[in-house]
Amino acid sequence: MSELLMMFSYQFIVRAFVVGLLISLCASLLGVSLVLRGNAMISDGLSHVSFGAFAVATVLNIAPLTLAIPLAIVASIIILQLDERHMIHGDGAIALLSSSALAIGVMVISITKGVNTDINNYLFGSILSLSNTDMIISIVLSIMVLILFFYSYHRIFALTFDQDFARSTGVKVDLYNMIIAILCSVTIVLGMRMMGALLISSLTIFPCLSSMRIARTFRLVVLWAAIIAVVCFIIGLSISYLYATPTGASIVIVHLVVFLILSVVQMVKA
Amino acid sequence: MILSVEHLTLGYEKIPVIEDLNFSLEEHDFLTVIGSNGSGKSTLVKGLLGLIHPISGSITYTIDRRFIGYMPQETTVDDHFPASVYEVVLSGTLNRLHFKPFYSREEKKLALDCLKRLQIDDIKDRSFADLSGGQRQKVLLARALSATSCLLVLDEPSNNLDYESRKEFYDLIKDLNMKEGITIILITHDLAVSGIMGNKVLSFDDHDIFFGSTQEFRKRRQQV
Repeated sequence: MSELLMMFSYQFIVRAFVVGLLISLCASLLGVSLVLRGNAMISDGLSHVSFGAFAVATVLNIAPLTLAIPLAIVASIIILQLDERHMIHGDGAIALLSSSALAIGVMVISITKGVNTDINNYLFGSILSLSNTDMIISIVLSIMVLILFFYSYHRIFALTFDQDFARSTGVKVDLYNMIIAILCSVTIVLGMRMMGALLISSLTIFPCLSSMRIARTFRLVVLWAAIIAVVCFIIGLSISYLYATPTGASIVIVHLVVFLILSVVQMVKA
Repeated sequence: MILSVEHLTLGYEKIPVIEDLNFSLEEHDFLTVIGSNGSGKSTLVKGLLGLIHPISGSITYTIDRRFIGYMPQETTVDDHFPASVYEVVLSGTLNRLHFKPFYSREEKKLALDCLKRLQIDDIKDRSFADLSGGQRQKVLLARALSATSCLLVLDEPSNNLDYESRKEFYDLIKDLNMKEGITIILITHDLAVSGIMGNKVLSFDDHDIFFGSTQEFRKRRQQV
């Protein structure tokens, strides 16, 4: 235990802990709405877009977040529009956008000489990459995400459960869809460097699916998703510190184990 | 008068599904909308709720449109969605929330009240996903009721119900109209059980639009 507490004597771990905890919380809450509406792949698409943006930002030598956040927000709005206007079917739009962004990112990094960037860090994450500025931006933005989520909680429930009904009661469904997409893209960008572009979407998807194994009401699903997200993050980060395993992968594996355990619990109950 | 529809043309991407529709409803009216699949019933519902905008013509309410109680077809709701009956019914009071983030005691009381009126307050903590078809219909009706005190729009509520549950459901709607004076628009293609309920009929069959009293409609049918 004392060895575990020792990890907080490292500045970069404290930063990772604070940012990771907030991001896990945001991702799990937003994830409930995305997963229940069958839009889980949006977060996957957005993570690839932010990978592309990070790569371009690194090469242009500008602060990655200042480019990646606006780009991811634009991407999320494009995905919504393509989906709503039925121009390309939802999944197709996301796949197009995400693989293109991934390809552009990889290309930009590989043709630029003199840039000493390990693509692995972006794809699979690294907790060493967070600066103090990143931490402050992450804290501010994730608190905004949390406030907006709680303010819109009942509207989010209504439009997730039945979009037409919500619209008929005067909820500005399109506006809230956009708010959710924007909050989601901000969360993904902030969490991407720790978790990696390929693993970050699991933070939105696993907590909801795991909590649905044991909870049968919306409020409980949201509550359990948040608890599961926080617990899995702490366990994952600790494992990563103690056994020097990759952070993102450790957290995802803890999520997988929790999901499997809860699935067994559900089966035993039924 | 509660609703007036004048020269209404509705459709998608400028392609009309319903053309030049005219009708109006008084308070306490009970309108049955009949028509085969694809005749434009669902399009009319979307228009009445403001989910799609008219291509031309107008829909005018004397009440605030957000206070219509809408009950969708049951199939629009995901089977595995985790939501308690209470959560679903409470969401009907969303139109009273305005800019508040949370429901006040008043809205919670209203939701409980609607559960009691339909005698489903005993299942309020159960998950919507675990209910039978008949129970789900009642929950969706309770949600619609908590959204309105004057106008219900029911979109094919009897789909997927067995004979007994249908009959029970229709009796419930009749009661709401007769005893509580709620104006009702019932969309259906299920005439066998319901007969024609209510005092007015809007029929979409064979591109021939009819609107009038139920007696007139019966006479017309007999002539054909």
